[in-house]
Amino acid sequence: MVTPKLTERQVWDALAEVPDPEIPVISLVELGVVKDVRVDGDRVHVEFTPTFMGCPALEYMRAGMEDAVRALGAEPHVEVVMDDSWSTDKITPAGRAKLREAGFAPPTPREAGKPTLLQLTSGVHKCPYCGATDTRLDNMFGPTPCRSIRYCNACRQPFEQFKTI
Amino acid sequence: MSAQAPPRTDLLLQIADDELVLGWRNSEWTGIAPFLEEDVAFSSIAQNEIGHARALYEIVARELGTDADAVAFDRSPDEYRAAPFVELQLVPDWAATIARHWLYETADSIRVAALKDGDDAEVAALAAKIEREEAYHLMHAQMWAERLSAEPRFQEAVERLWPYAVTLLDERLRPDLADRAGRELPSNTVLLERGNHDDSWPSLWEEMTMVRRTAPGAKW
Repeated sequence: MVTPKLTERQVWDALAEVPDPEIPVISLVELGVVKDVRVDGDRVHVEFTPTFMGCPALEYMRAGMEDAVRALGAEPHVEVVMDDSWSTDKITPAGRAKLREAGFAPPTPREAGKPTLLQLTSGVHKCPYCGATDTRLDNMFGPTPCRSIRYCNACRQPFEQFKTI
Repeated sequence: MSAQAPPRTDLLLQIADDELVLGWRNSEWTGIAPFLEEDVAFSSIAQNEIGHARALYEIVARELGTDADAVAFDRSPDEYRAAPFVELQLVPDWAATIARHWLYETADSIRVAALKDGDDAEVAALAAKIEREEAYHLMHAQMWAERLSAEPRFQEAVERLWPYAVTLLDERLRPDLADRAGRELPSNTVLLERGNHDDSWPSLWEEMTMVRRTAPGAKW
């Protein structure tokens, strides 16, 4: 019996089921960290770029993707690519909607150049709870490297804002 | 190993060691910063710095045929290439910590920008990613430096730490740092340059490498 050839589409679909270890409402594909998938016989090569370099979830993400590929009967080869190709703009529209539903404000679009204090303090940041834009930066840093803490002046709810990088 | 290391390896080790050691020092504020926001900030910054160190150690490890943990933790204290500036134990002096934070992040932004524009494609790509994360550190440092700028304790700390800070950069980048810090280059930094170590370094090394030395080859 000949096993049907595994397609890249099937691998992408499988990876779309792997949740982010820290924010499990969103998958790694929705987070935009999967850069490339190549199928070579029964070997599957996955390139991924982590969000923040000190992210402790990196090894969990790798293990989650390896398990997903093995479940398809293939041998995974997950390569970490440390370059500037991931930015918060890579989060898909579906991913952004899921973040908002879970109480995380999705990142504002990346502008040319580095993030600036002006963008953090005066840019439009919407409260994920009530939708108001009257919010303020409480702490540039948050519980994980990828998040800042903001406060909504309208509904008086602190919330986590994805940093734009 | 660093004495014989080729220039590229040595440069990467210098930066990685700076980031690892400073990350460690910054993490000493976890739980005891003046207020909760700064507990979180210094912990998060420490985590980023150690993440950058890891990525740099991975390049070095590949060249040396070993792994990043071995490069980070299996060297003897005198083989580390960190500048004495990052070794200084400043906790619980908040003014001095902010002075170092501001000087370090300013110098680091110059160094990272130079790597990003350099000829080494692999390092340039990594530097571009590091730069986006470091932008947050620099903003945080500038915000605090501005807040403390009129405080005599902060000013004295900047004065004292300035000759150390320039040693982070190679000679050609130092004038740029002096410009940004609004200071004259110090006349003599011989005893503060890389290759020297602060008196507090051996005990920090003991602490950093303790698990590794106690349980060789442990995985976690």
